[in-house]
Amino acid sequence: MSTDAQRWVAGHVAGLPKSGIRDFFELVAKMKGQDVISLGVGEPDFVTPWHVREAAIYALEQGKTYYTSNLGMIELRREISTYVERHFGVTYRPEDQVIVTVGVSEALDLAFRAFCNPGDKVMFHQPCYVSYHPSISLVHGVGIAVPTFAQDNFALTAAALRAAWQPGAKILMLNLPCNPTGGTCTRGQLEEIAAFCREKDLLVLSDEIYSELTFEGTHTSIASLPGMAERTIFLHGFSKAFAMTGWRIGYACGPAPLIDAMMKVHQYAMMCASIIAQEGALEALKHGWDNVVRMREQYHRRRDLIVRRLNETGLKCHLPRGSFYAFPDITATGLSEKDFSVGLLQQHKVAVVPGLAFGENGRGHVRACFATAYDQVIEACDRIDRFVQGLRK
Amino acid sequence: MNPVLKLLIDGGSLTTGQLAQVSGLTEAEVNQHLEQLRREGIFLGWRPVLDLSREAAAALAVRAVIEVKVTPERGGGFNRLAERIARFDEVESCYLVSGGYDLLVFVRGATLQRVASFVSEKLSTIEGVLSTSTHFMLRCYKEQGFLLGADDAQTQRLNVAP
Repeated sequence: MSTDAQRWVAGHVAGLPKSGIRDFFELVAKMKGQDVISLGVGEPDFVTPWHVREAAIYALEQGKTYYTSNLGMIELRREISTYVERHFGVTYRPEDQVIVTVGVSEALDLAFRAFCNPGDKVMFHQPCYVSYHPSISLVHGVGIAVPTFAQDNFALTAAALRAAWQPGAKILMLNLPCNPTGGTCTRGQLEEIAAFCREKDLLVLSDEIYSELTFEGTHTSIASLPGMAERTIFLHGFSKAFAMTGWRIGYACGPAPLIDAMMKVHQYAMMCASIIAQEGALEALKHGWDNVVRMREQYHRRRDLIVRRLNETGLKCHLPRGSFYAFPDITATGLSEKDFSVGLLQQHKVAVVPGLAFGENGRGHVRACFATAYDQVIEACDRIDRFVQGLRK
Repeated sequence: MNPVLKLLIDGGSLTTGQLAQVSGLTEAEVNQHLEQLRREGIFLGWRPVLDLSREAAAALAVRAVIEVKVTPERGGGFNRLAERIARFDEVESCYLVSGGYDLLVFVRGATLQRVASFVSEKLSTIEGVLSTSTHFMLRCYKEQGFLLGADDAQTQRLNVAP
């Protein structure tokens, strides 16, 4: 193929950096069949519980193969409304304040497209999920990264927000608990952030996909704080807590005019989420909570295990309050996060993700996902230990 | 709940060393917990879960479940007979159940003949046993939580993902 084809690619897409994760993925893929333990994933190791899979099979048998309402099946929206009220303390009308999307990723994309004019400024905390900044760039927005730090357990602070704020900032993107750091905010910290948002009239997009996987204390949604529901789009989905990544079902809840704006984009771009996956999600909400609790208990023990082992090895690791990621500081080894990850992979066959893939503030860290069976976590920790001790010699 | 007991229930096949790491205890402490559970009669022992359809595991491959009707006794109810039946080596499990019969007995033997003779010569001749109905197991689909022959496609999970 001629490289001339490049001329057809839109400038702002050509200008997007390639995901750092992608490079690493290629490297790991080359080692196929070599007993690699991967702590590089971003999804549960549990298969979707059978009752959910069975409900989707039943839906297919019943011939449920058609489009649904643009907003998603009303039965599902009702269950979502009930679930969000019960677990997050915010009430949304299923008829016009909830939209079902193809994963939270689509919900986020809809929000940026619906609310962000070219040149609008969007604040987001960093290190963060790899999509946030590119999604802002794709709508010609301007991203403003707000750093979070290991000494705060990677919680976002109002002070950091204020320091990074620029005139004209319109949107604040939150992801608490956070991928990749596991950082989250206490209610007190959130109240300060909420006050700042009200002061600066910011719209908040709050991706709370890891909220059920909160291990210390209870999760507080910023939408539940006084004066915040009217300026917050609450984003959630089934991928993590219900182990349903491949189903691609997420949802957004918020003020009716904002959900309506997102729905406009959604109806033209996507039409609706897959009906079969929506049926599965409905079953998960109706009968899946016991499994969520069971999986959370396992993640909790794995987290305690991996954090203890990493610290014993001499890799300083804060205790992630949520998510299934440990985000140790590897600077004590004298290696960059990239050299550490490549060395660990090639010499000891453990895959972790270099922290820089999650933004500048991930420098000096790697992300290790502990959504992996105990014996694999233990073996991976043994190998990491051998790798680090080998470096000291 | 005892942390070791919790792990025994949902931790899968971990060695005591791994149990120790996961629970944040020393191996000695895990063994103490196990010993305590054993003394209390809660933890009874380890058994492998095997796929008996495999050639290598076929030594005790014939299994049957037997519905047994018995005459309850004044004073002891079903207990004396149930305990007597349960003592046979062939019996893996024995339950008193509600419904159309009294005892549900799981037995295992090397050959069909062995199991059959256990039923006809031992079990049904015990005084108080009114009738037996034996169902030989033909194929196992799930054994104590393990699905047999089903592949959950776990290996296709991406190794690195955002």
